[in-house]
Amino acid sequence: MTPTSIRGQVRRFGDNVTTDDVIAGKYKHETISLDQLAPHVMENIRPGFYEEIDPGDIIVGGRNFGCGSSREQAPALIKHVGIPVVIAESFARIFYRNAINIGLALLECPTLGIEEGDLLEYDPARDRLTVAQRGIELTSTPLPEEIRAIVDAGGLLAYVKQEGSL
Amino acid sequence: MAQAARTTAEKIIAAHAGADVSAGAAVRVDVDLVMATDGNAPLAIELLKRELGAEEAEIDGSRIVLVIDHCAPAPNAGAANMQVAMRRFAAACGARIYDAGSGISHVVLPEQGDVLPGMLVLGSDSHTVTYGALNCLGIGMGSTDIAVAMRTGRTWLRVPETIKVWLSGQLQETASAKDAVLALVREIGVDGATYACLEFDGDGLESLSMEERLTFANMSIEMGAKCALMPVDGVCREWLGQRVKEPPAGEWSDPGCSFAAELELDLGAVRPMVARPHDLTEITELDGAEGTPIDIAFIGTCTNGRLSDLRRAAKVLAGRQVAPGVQLIVSPGSRQVLAGALSEGLIESLVAAGALITTPGCGPCVGTHQGVPGDGHTLITTANRNFRGRMGNREASIFVASPEVVARSALAGVVTGAVPTGQASER
Ligand code: SF4
Repeated sequence: MTPTSIRGQVRRFGDNVTTDDVIAGKYKHETISLDQLAPHVMENIRPGFYEEIDPGDIIVGGRNFGCGSSREQAPALIKHVGIPVVIAESFARIFYRNAINIGLALLECPTLGIEEGDLLEYDPARDRLTVAQRGIELTSTPLPEEIRAIVDAGGLLAYVKQEGSL
Repeated sequence: MAQAARTTAEKIIAAHAGADVSAGAAVRVDVDLVMATDGNAPLAIELLKRELGAEEAEIDGSRIVLVIDHCAPAPNAGAANMQVAMRRFAAACGARIYDAGSGISHVVLPEQGDVLPGMLVLGSDSHTVTYGALNCLGIGMGSTDIAVAMRTGRTWLRVPETIKVWLSGQLQETASAKDAVLALVREIGVDGATYACLEFDGDGLESLSMEERLTFANMSIEMGAKCALMPVDGVCREWLGQRVKEPPAGEWSDPGCSFAAELELDLGAVRPMVARPHDLTEITELDGAEGTPIDIAFIGTCTNGRLSDLRRAAKVLAGRQVAPGVQLIVSPGSRQVLAGALSEGLIESLVAAGALITTPGCGPCVGTHQGVPGDGHTLITTANRNFRGRMGNREASIFVASPEVVARSALAGVVTGAVPTGQASER
């Protein structure tokens, strides 16, 4: 199910973006509906983000993206509002795992020099990422094999249904 | 060929994978217990039905425990309905449930002997790492992983590297375990232990009580750690003996096993600390009055809501009054902590000082209720996180500190580590 080539506008964030930043605790304790949570995405660190973005935009962060609480609504909401991939220098463990489980693509590679509004292209077949206007061309670290199997199945739940167990 | 020397994490995971494993390997393991709170259980229960097509009665509830602590009792209909779904699920599959008022999962499960040495426990909450203080491998996961573990009794893991933390010396009277773990967060960094297990050892550990060790293990996730582990020594055995008949021996790393890194923390050198708004990248010693006026002081949470924490706070507050305009909110970590605090007269002295006592549970920690701050408010809390908006209002600023520093700040009306001057009134 690896996605075809992705092109999108960069939405830039810094280091240590937390899952509280992505979706505040007070909202997710009231509903599990992603439609109801969507308008509050990134509200704690970038109010109005939901209104700014267009489907296909790409989030680019720095180190330790997605740290803090294990709420799976964080990667699920990013995917739900139409963002196909998150690129960061490194991801916090639980966010990385949750993103794989729910089918949100993540890329770990240096992001210095990539700016808000840049046009970014990612070719999953060659794990290649380019930002033409910055002359940036990078290859991202490919997923470990056992994680590739879960992503290719469409996430952990699809994988467990397909395999019958774990 | 002699068995290779393994770390504690490798040994516990190997016992659950039925094979020898080493750091970096991807393995499938059996899970002893799945814990889920009203934070992330509702989504897991929904996924079980919607995605895995599992009828609630088909699930083996004997290895599942649910806890209602984040919104206890429910502050709105949405939370209440999610809790209804949890109660129905528990009844249908025979899972145990600690209902509203029982307390915070990471206080209650250790307190009630549900998590024991050598176990592998998954929790729907990133602070599940707390159980490492009991030599139990506790790992925090999201709702999908929790749903799969509830359905299959298994999960997939990458075996973590281990960072060895040698604790030496003893805490001085003026410092606490919270100050020590804040010093460690400053040294290791908020992502310094990502994917790793923090294995605590050294003669300094013997000087720490179980509750102090739980505070330490609780904050290992704030350094990115996958899990924390401590040995089953005399202090731990004695504590376990009060809870279960034959406590398991647990596991410990083999001499000569390989650690990704080793570092030392001298508990004797630890001084009162504070983490400044809005994350844990700015942690400094708090020598005198720091001066920032506060509006809310909060004592509680899975980090510092246990009986010894309330004792230390009550000692500072006894016979004194909280500064005018400051709300001091105290959330006992569990019903048992509340009962103990009542019997020791702690609640009486806290209330006399002006404290607001909430239902045992997470209280205002995650911004759902019982103390959401106003715009421009400054808070000081014994919780483990101070991200912008964490307590329910992005226009507020949060300091993180120990129970003593929070209590002193509540009396002074400003962030301070200074011991209050003047005579406590003898009432
Ligand atoms: S007390 Fe705070 S950190 Fe601990 S489980 Fe509750 S919300 Fe999470």
